[in-house]
Amino acid sequence: MSAVLETRAAPVRSRRRRIGATLASGMLILAASLVLAIVPGWFAPYDPLAFDYGALLQAPSLAHPFGTDNFGRDMLSRVIWAYRIDMQIALFATIFPILFGCLVGALVGYYGGWPDVLFGRVVDALITFPFLVLVIAIVAVLGPGLINMYIAVGVVGWVFYARLLRAEIRIQKQQEYAAAGKVMGYGDARIVLRHLLPNAITPVLVFWMTDMALVILLGSSLGYLGLGAQPPAAEWGVLIADGKNFMTTGWWISIFPGLAIVVTGLGFSLLGDGMADLLRPQR
Amino acid sequence: MSRASAPDSGPCIALAIQGLATTFATSAGPVRAVDGIDLEVRAGEVLGLVGESGSGKSVTLRSVVRLVRPPGRIEGRAIWQGKDLLAIPERELLDVRGKEIAMIFQEPMTALNPVLTIRQQIDENLKAHTGLGRGERARRAIELLDLVGIASAAERLDAYPHQFSGGMRQRVMIAIALASQPRLLLADEPTTALDVTIQDQILKLLLDLRDRLGMSVLLVTHDLGVVAQTCDRVAVMYAGQIMEVGPVVDVFRGPRHAYTLGLLGSIPSGGAVRQPLRSIEGTPPSPSDLPPGCAFAPRCAFVTDACRRRRPDLVPVGPDHLSACLHHDQVVRAAS
Amino acid sequence: MKAAAPALLEVQDLAKAFPLPRPMLQAMLRAPRRSVQALNGVSFAVRRGETLGIVGESGCGKSTLARCLVRLIEPDAGTIVYDGADVRALVGAGRRAFNRRVQLIFQDPYSSLNPRMTVRETLAEALHVHRLRPPAAIPDRIAELMDLVRLPRDALDRYPHEFSGGQRQRIGIARALSVEPTCLIADELVSALDVSVQAQVINLLLELQERLGLTVLFVAHDLRLVRHISHRVAVMYLGRIVELDRTERLFSTPSHPYTRALLAAAPELDPTRRSRTAAVRGELPSPLAIPPGCPFHPRCPYAFDACRSDRPELYSLPGGGLAACHLVTPPTLERAS
Repeated sequence: MSAVLETRAAPVRSRRRRIGATLASGMLILAASLVLAIVPGWFAPYDPLAFDYGALLQAPSLAHPFGTDNFGRDMLSRVIWAYRIDMQIALFATIFPILFGCLVGALVGYYGGWPDVLFGRVVDALITFPFLVLVIAIVAVLGPGLINMYIAVGVVGWVFYARLLRAEIRIQKQQEYAAAGKVMGYGDARIVLRHLLPNAITPVLVFWMTDMALVILLGSSLGYLGLGAQPPAAEWGVLIADGKNFMTTGWWISIFPGLAIVVTGLGFSLLGDGMADLLRPQR
Repeated sequence: MSRASAPDSGPCIALAIQGLATTFATSAGPVRAVDGIDLEVRAGEVLGLVGESGSGKSVTLRSVVRLVRPPGRIEGRAIWQGKDLLAIPERELLDVRGKEIAMIFQEPMTALNPVLTIRQQIDENLKAHTGLGRGERARRAIELLDLVGIASAAERLDAYPHQFSGGMRQRVMIAIALASQPRLLLADEPTTALDVTIQDQILKLLLDLRDRLGMSVLLVTHDLGVVAQTCDRVAVMYAGQIMEVGPVVDVFRGPRHAYTLGLLGSIPSGGAVRQPLRSIEGTPPSPSDLPPGCAFAPRCAFVTDACRRRRPDLVPVGPDHLSACLHHDQVVRAAS
Repeated sequence: MKAAAPALLEVQDLAKAFPLPRPMLQAMLRAPRRSVQALNGVSFAVRRGETLGIVGESGCGKSTLARCLVRLIEPDAGTIVYDGADVRALVGAGRRAFNRRVQLIFQDPYSSLNPRMTVRETLAEALHVHRLRPPAAIPDRIAELMDLVRLPRDALDRYPHEFSGGQRQRIGIARALSVEPTCLIADELVSALDVSVQAQVINLLLELQERLGLTVLFVAHDLRLVRHISHRVAVMYLGRIVELDRTERLFSTPSHPYTRALLAAAPELDPTRRSRTAAVRGELPSPLAIPPGCPFHPRCPYAFDACRSDRPELYSLPGGGLAACHLVTPPTLERAS
């Protein structure tokens, strides 16, 4: 016997969802990052690739707020131009995993059966390996470069999205509105796409935000190792690698790109948190 | 076994609740779940506290023994054995809770600890509130399980809650509650989650125990049938206020509050089959937004301006029968 | 009610068991699977325009029965015939047509509506998928539906969480009615609602039945409500119907010992009529281990030898009802009279 549930007064106005501080700051940082990625030329004071032998290894100053590296290149401009590549990484390295992962996750979550068992084993196999190690291994086979990195992340990364969506779809499938859809005579496609998916997708979207932050870190790690973006391209990981021999004489070369990673990553995380609050279903 | 004594000598009061009000601070403003109630539980009686969801009946029960945590704030007095339960220090309250006043809940699976055996849970109560030694405690545990009608008590002591069915778990919960021979049992919808035939067994058990142990029972429920079959007196709650209090027979035969009338009318009584039920229009008010006068006024068929202006007091309308309705005589005429 | 109206729905020997998952070791050893015997041979018929109440406690199978009737669950055995057609054999368009004719309303108002669709979207979807109205006529039909269930029109663009439990059930009813069914199955329609709200929704159901000439199967555990709205009542116990009779006859002179116990156990509203003894002893057996013979025999005060070994069929009672009890077989009745 179920307990008697709360009654509520006649139609309540929906509680106005306020955009909290978390979401606002996340959006702000992300917006700024996008602007810098799209039109770096408007903000970068110098050409990121231009050598300036008269200004080698200069500490941060008014002329060069982020200092210069051992070739005289302005660090501020390089950091700004790197936004383009790193934001690309955030998008392209996650787009296949989320699309393919959601497709697989929804199918195995809804239909179950032996594909689900098979899926479980695939997941077990893939997550046994540390993610970074696996990606590096694949890139090592394919050769360094961003495209190969996208392929490597795609091959391994979709599993996380699939697992997440599968769990959420299974939960939503238990809800009575899913059964109601069947009784109304709706086909499986409609039930999954129109009913289950919108209710299941929120954790996936939030994870996507965090994943973008992680992927930037991954890209930077690979860049640092020389397996991602290749010099002289400005990419934060590459920039950090450039400065690794100058930590005492030119600390600014590695530190500022590092800060850019932190701030952008933080922006995505805040956005993800804020979205989770906003999209949480009201009872 | 003393029940409520004859009217002329005055009833012996076990628990006197005076001006109890419980407020919760929420992001939407303060919510007054219990809005200033006076209630007395007499020695040896079963007092039913009936209302729908949101009426505040469960919160009342929990407020009496201070089971309400901040952001809930309790005001008022609950006099038990000369002490005000809402004012005494925590240490003294712990002496009373579980020993003199026991409580049983609606969902036995969540009220019982799933990782402890029954023996351990009964033992816990006995250790905390009695001075019995190990052997005596074991004997008492078997006694208790027998008392609540669990067969082969000695073998079942070492079982875990999940190995019992719903009805059995409720009996176990009652056994734990009775371990230290309480004088007052607070029962929060103890049979709502049970099947009808099992509910019947548990209610009869409670009445049986009341007779044998001489305790009082404050029974919270939403089921008027349960009230009719188990309670001596009944208090009807709505929107955190007591609307009517009186002996069950009087209240059911001649309700003196419009809400009680509506409630009784909402239940099919085996008469005109397939005819519309006499339902109450509208829905209960939100506890954060109570109207100034009588809380039931917006839905009442007998309402006048006087009802909306000021909240009516609980006044005597019959022998031992109180009502907070300005038009109680119209109501009782409509009921017959 | 028309006399001798033909049966709209006929169910014969419906059976369904849910196997329990077992650990891999036992699966490899091919140990027999334990299963929950939800339905164990259920047979009954419902006439057009009638309300059949189905009552029982936990484990009796009434919800499983309701879901089998709309094919949410596929039964293991038995037949369901609706308006002359074998329901279990329907596929594709025939099945969709069946979905239109028999609808189910769910118990839980909080999960039976899609939280991310407005009321309008929920209702429009049904009309759209079944092509019941040309797109231009949909808004009018939706307004009609809202009027039918007594909900204000401005509720259409709200989301389910903005409504109370009773209002959500009305929306569920509107959704079911949108496909113009001839038969409604209400699975614990009002169990999760407050008493005063229950009355509102029950009144609505009665009204709709009159206006639209619906046949209703009312599955519930609340005997009073079932008595109030049903023409006939079926009592279920552990996956079987143990008694089936006209409402008033069942409630005034129950034949099956379980029915008697159930009626005695249900708390009466008259405080002057109290009994101090429990109506029936013992616990509800688990559907994993149904007692042999008559499933009620361990708790039955009248059980005798045959009850422990022979499962009773649904025997016809002199007055016209059915009861599955050895005590009402013709020889026993003769001996009694």
